[in-house]
Amino acid sequence: MSIVTVQLGQCGNQIGHEVFNALCSDIRGSHGLCSKKENESYHDSCRERFFCEQESGVPVARAVLVDMEPKVISQALSMAARSGHWKYNSHSHFCQKQGSGNNWANGYSVHGPRHKEAIMDLVQKEAEKCDRLGGFFTIMSMAGGTGSGLGAFVTQCLRDAFPTSFILNHVIWPYGTGEVIVQNYNSVLTLSHLYQSSDALLVHENDVIHKICAQLMNIKQISFRDVNQVIAHQLGSVFQPAHTAGGGSGYSRNPLGDLMETLVPHPEFRMLGLRNIPQMPENSLAYSTFSWPGLLKHLRQMLIANAQMEEGIDWQVRPPHPGSSIPSTNKPLHFNTSIANLVILRGKDVHTVDLGSFQDPSLYTSWLKPQDAFNAWKTPRAFNKYEKSASLVSNSQFLLKSLDSLVGKAWKMFASKAYLHQYTKFGIQEEDFLDCFTTLEQVISSYTNL
Amino acid sequence: AVFLPFAVGQCGNQVGCRFWDLALREHAAVNKKGIYDEALSSFFRNVDTRSGDNGPDIYKGKICSLKARALLIDMEEGVVNEILQGPLRDVFDSKQLITDVSGSGNNWAVGHKIYGCQYRENIVEKLRKTAEHCDCLQCFFIIHSMGGGTGSGLGTFVLNLLEEEFPEVYRFVTSVYPSGEDDVITSPYNSVLAMKELNEHADCVLPIENESLFEIVNKIHQMINSGKLGSTVKQNSLVTSSAGSGKMLQEKPFDAMNNIVANLLLNLTSSARFEGSLNMDLNEISMNLVPFPRLHYLVSSLTPLYTLADVNVPSRRLDQMFSDAFSRDHQLIQADPKHSLYLACALLVRGNVQVSDLRRNIERLKPSLHFVSWNQEGWKTGLCSVPPVGHSHSLLALANNTCVKPTFIELKDRFMKLYKKKAHLHHYLQIDGMEQSCFSEAISSLSDLIEEYSELDATKGGPRIDPSRLKIAV
Repeated sequence: MSIVTVQLGQCGNQIGHEVFNALCSDIRGSHGLCSKKENESYHDSCRERFFCEQESGVPVARAVLVDMEPKVISQALSMAARSGHWKYNSHSHFCQKQGSGNNWANGYSVHGPRHKEAIMDLVQKEAEKCDRLGGFFTIMSMAGGTGSGLGAFVTQCLRDAFPTSFILNHVIWPYGTGEVIVQNYNSVLTLSHLYQSSDALLVHENDVIHKICAQLMNIKQISFRDVNQVIAHQLGSVFQPAHTAGGGSGYSRNPLGDLMETLVPHPEFRMLGLRNIPQMPENSLAYSTFSWPGLLKHLRQMLIANAQMEEGIDWQVRPPHPGSSIPSTNKPLHFNTSIANLVILRGKDVHTVDLGSFQDPSLYTSWLKPQDAFNAWKTPRAFNKYEKSASLVSNSQFLLKSLDSLVGKAWKMFASKAYLHQYTKFGIQEEDFLDCFTTLEQVISSYTNL
Repeated sequence: AVFLPFAVGQCGNQVGCRFWDLALREHAAVNKKGIYDEALSSFFRNVDTRSGDNGPDIYKGKICSLKARALLIDMEEGVVNEILQGPLRDVFDSKQLITDVSGSGNNWAVGHKIYGCQYRENIVEKLRKTAEHCDCLQCFFIIHSMGGGTGSGLGTFVLNLLEEEFPEVYRFVTSVYPSGEDDVITSPYNSVLAMKELNEHADCVLPIENESLFEIVNKIHQMINSGKLGSTVKQNSLVTSSAGSGKMLQEKPFDAMNNIVANLLLNLTSSARFEGSLNMDLNEISMNLVPFPRLHYLVSSLTPLYTLADVNVPSRRLDQMFSDAFSRDHQLIQADPKHSLYLACALLVRGNVQVSDLRRNIERLKPSLHFVSWNQEGWKTGLCSVPPVGHSHSLLALANNTCVKPTFIELKDRFMKLYKKKAHLHHYLQIDGMEQSCFSEAISSLSDLIEEYSELDATKGGPRIDPSRLKIAV
């Protein structure tokens, strides 16, 4: 099944470009560490999912690029073409000249309706090229005006036009200390709207990835390109082909569907966090070896203690005493309760791995049986030169603190009425804001009371 | 996105002239292949002049003849004539000029009421023609001084006109405010009358004070002549230098100061024209820096003022650039943002600077700055890959800060000194359309503005009580 990617705004287009780069580079590499047959199967599956063949032989990304100003798309198109290994379809993009001015209302209420037909036309064309459409993957930031506002509108349009398809929104949380002053308003508006039309939100936080670049990747002068490459690696580790537990011998044919089924049992809980280990500079890879027990021990503790990366984990945090039913208010502080988790393992000796520790009932809420709350996907095919790589996609309290902080800051600004005139002039009124705040406070409350 | 600068009056046109000169230099440095690209189209049309001046616009391909998208307006001919005889003569054509001979006599009312009325049709027609050539007009820039008659009066008339005719297009105004020792006695009247218009019709105003420009010019002079610098300063990197002119001594007295303002405008629009990892367009500046409609006065600073010849820049020097941006003596008005209250702050960095450099400096400087309680993390940032000519990196800081208040209070005081004695009032009141109420409304508008800043200042350092969040029934 194929996935159509919709890249929205500067962030969405910059990241999207790095994602296709990473996917392509992974399948070109000869570091599969597995049988030739396995490698070919992986290769084919990846190609079908993300690329379309053309007569020239150069794979064409299944993507629609949308932005309200031309510079970023122009760069993405030319950089991809220059790589020689893949490219974008030269017609699958839509841009304007003005930008959205970091104004969610401008993106949603003005650009959205104005350009709906043109954008959905491009999406329809990409969807038709797929033998079997597996769903949509949108990439956007919450902080600006296009990715956030137009992105929310486009997601709604996707839902209306493809009511039975899966939609996964990849959302970038901006740095806490500001890239955009009205980022908290834009974020509140985006998240509350996406909650209505999207199936799940997969979140990456700039602050977290920045730390990974600084402390694990040892990058001195970190650029957005560095940040985007780490994000692309992490996304690749989730979306490259893998074998699901129930599936037959082939690679999963419905990756987005499988993801939703395992991780989103209840519509109130759609926020997914992502962790991937190990992460290190490329030139250190050859000198490092890891064991699966070691990696999984770290990953489990990262889940429990809500650690952002494999350094600085708080090993003191423990799950509550197993077996006894503890009301949520008594749960030990800082313990991260999960609804559902998905672990994806890639590389050498995956078949030997014991994942029992992730099925411990004390990690989860009581609604699902642990065997339903936890799932694992595996493949012996190594990913992106890492001999062993483990990813965790988690529907848990991972994002609770960040969400609460974001809503708090937005509310404080809202109480002073600052910047509201910028939104009302494009049709987003105070009542609309209040509705969005209410939606998110509800989400916060739900996750808090797990 | 396309921008349309209007230079109105003597000061406006002198700055405008420097601006076009430096804009051409900047694009020539970046655009090696001579292809007319998106970046160039922000400020220039590409005209096929083989068959004369009225040739068609060429939208792609090689550069034929670049024409500035601009309107030059002056009620005296001197400055505009000089421009048309100088090296920039081919960049403008007669359809972009509106001139008269007698000037406005340093009288806002003459500029606004008499010339405004007289030239309205002409201006609208030329404006429409110029706008027709623009693919996507995003922002008008008005460059003028506040203290005289034409720039101040006719300039603000044009501002009104722009709002009426093109309400969707942003209006950014670069205003040179008069100093205390200004030799135009009626400059306080002209400035306050103009302020009312800026309050009501501008999206963003960048106030400039000549004293600050003068001090910066002197500072650079001292650094060059002190012999303290180990290596030589790159001449073309001076924020005060003219394109092509090697030595500061050859330049006319105001050229150095005007170059600073021209550079301000170039830097302001750089991220809209050139690529970068975090683009910042003009509509974003307006969105992020104007929390309430009337509080749209932005204090600006440009750093570094010059670059030394050595190419390798240790990060210490990079950090120094950020520190300087917040220091009193780099601001383009006489103000000290560090000791007043920030409503919002924007940092537009150009050149080889990455997000980690930005973050490190924001973290470092934040503790010493005071931000209003509802905008504690009020930073807007932009990263443009292309540095200005002669530099490896540069920083433009824009602050919405209560430190503008003293400038406005002084202006009000100078106005009241004259107004109480009714000095020179008759020159204004004898103009058709001028009444006493124009003055009282104008000073009232300024007083209200000052009051708004005072109210915000009063919240500085006060107790921070967070508003209670919405409660959800479990």
